[in-house]
Amino acid sequence: MKPLQVSNVTISYNGTTAIDKVSFDVDSGDLLGIVGPNGAGKTTLFRAILGLQNYSGVIKMFGYEDKKYHPLLPLIGYVSQKVNFEPNFPATVSEVVAMGLLPEKELKKGSKLLQDAGYTWNQVYKKLDKDHSKVIEALKTVNLESYHDKRIGEISGGQLQRVFIAKALVKDPVLLILDEPVTGVDVETQNKFYNVIKKINEENKITIVWSSHDLEAIAKLANRVACMNRELFFHGQKEEFFSNEDLLKTYTESAMQMHMHHH
Amino acid sequence: MALEIFSYAFMQKGLIAGSAIAIICSLMGTFLVLRRYSLFGDALSHMAFGGISVGLFSGIYPLWTAYAVSILGALGMTKLRKSTKISGDAAIAVLLVSGFGIGVLLISATGGFSVDLFSFLFGSILLLNNNDMILILAVSFGVIGSIVVLRKQLLHFTFDEEQARVSGLNVDKLNYVFVVIAGVTVITSMRLVGILLISALIVLPNITSMMYGRGFKHTVLISMGISVFSVVSGIILSYYFDLAPSGAIVMITVAILVGTIVAKYFGVIGKAIPIQKTA
Repeated sequence: MKPLQVSNVTISYNGTTAIDKVSFDVDSGDLLGIVGPNGAGKTTLFRAILGLQNYSGVIKMFGYEDKKYHPLLPLIGYVSQKVNFEPNFPATVSEVVAMGLLPEKELKKGSKLLQDAGYTWNQVYKKLDKDHSKVIEALKTVNLESYHDKRIGEISGGQLQRVFIAKALVKDPVLLILDEPVTGVDVETQNKFYNVIKKINEENKITIVWSSHDLEAIAKLANRVACMNRELFFHGQKEEFFSNEDLLKTYTESAMQMHMHHH
Repeated sequence: MALEIFSYAFMQKGLIAGSAIAIICSLMGTFLVLRRYSLFGDALSHMAFGGISVGLFSGIYPLWTAYAVSILGALGMTKLRKSTKISGDAAIAVLLVSGFGIGVLLISATGGFSVDLFSFLFGSILLLNNNDMILILAVSFGVIGSIVVLRKQLLHFTFDEEQARVSGLNVDKLNYVFVVIAGVTVITSMRLVGILLISALIVLPNITSMMYGRGFKHTVLISMGISVFSVVSGIILSYYFDLAPSGAIVMITVAILVGTIVAKYFGVIGKAIPIQKTA
């Protein structure tokens, strides 16, 4: 069963079309890199997949569509560009990561789909155990285990983003959706993060959909690439994308244009 | 001699019920303050004032009408807020004035302010009968139980509603459940400090505890401690100095907050946790 199938999805709001008839599939074990300039609709597409945005067309995860609360949401890891939270929130890093373990009751409803996703209920139940070691393990993956007892408002922006990655990883997701997760993060942290992505995709066999501006990183890590700007221009093997001069040229130009526009 | 006050039945009831109220207010208050709903307690209690006046007007026991009107009002407001995008603070203002407005209107029609009404406005923790105390304890167990069962969901949803939703939590449903628990907490707690001062118990111990607490659990425990201490010492002080218990309780929570801020400022108890803006 394919983790994600997007068919003919169109999203319009306030009279403009943000996404126009986009279709693509993600196979189990894929690391799909989605590239496109700012405002290309990548975030909007992700929000539709996660039930936060109305759309027309079909979006199936593990063969099942639910436009609001997909039963497998508890097993899908999502890292957004930024999280809006009260900066003075009295929670420690491990308390925030542990939020990722939620919620077992809701997940039970989707137990039929779990099998298609490669899980039995018992496995999931064990996995959702309130086990502190799981949280520490996730923090180790992002090299933050020594920060577990820090208050969330006391760490830097780059560390914060790694905490949210750990929160997505702690549930051992069947699908990981990353929306430009390292925007505004220093280069060293970015590289660490790229290593993490590679590791969890190769070792833990987690399917990943990842949007990024960093073509170099996508060239290094992804096995497939999708290129979009409102419409989908390309979807296929990475090698095919990076050997297509025209496509690269168009992408670079539109990205440059957007860049100029933003400054 | 110092312990003579504990031998009075009204004192025992007041201290037990007061401590239970202190616990549920601080517990619920943690979530309310962090969701930027600090004045929600005020809005609910003003709605309750309207509810009480409905009771006095119609001859139904005022506490029941207070529960009904404020919970219905709060649920309606949650719905309205979702469908019209009225901001949180404005929604609270609407709830507050419409509740109080109905109250003033109906009370003038019933023939003016009575003793009953005064006890709702300013609290009457030392005038509880056995039934009142049983009700307060039963509601407190219910509120504490619900929060314990839903603690993880409530924490995630308070931290970031959208993130919670994307994790599969039905946040729409949780919002309504949350409002009902908050409503029940506030109406029950009115007996302690009254409609006009209820926000103090919900907000102040929590602002103070957030300056000390590291994690969430830690913060909640500190807040409960401050809250129970304020209520118990407030009731005892009011007995010896012949003061209104509600005023004494509230001013103790204020004093603890001001003391904490001053102590932090002069570095007596470690530096304040820096406030960091999200990028």
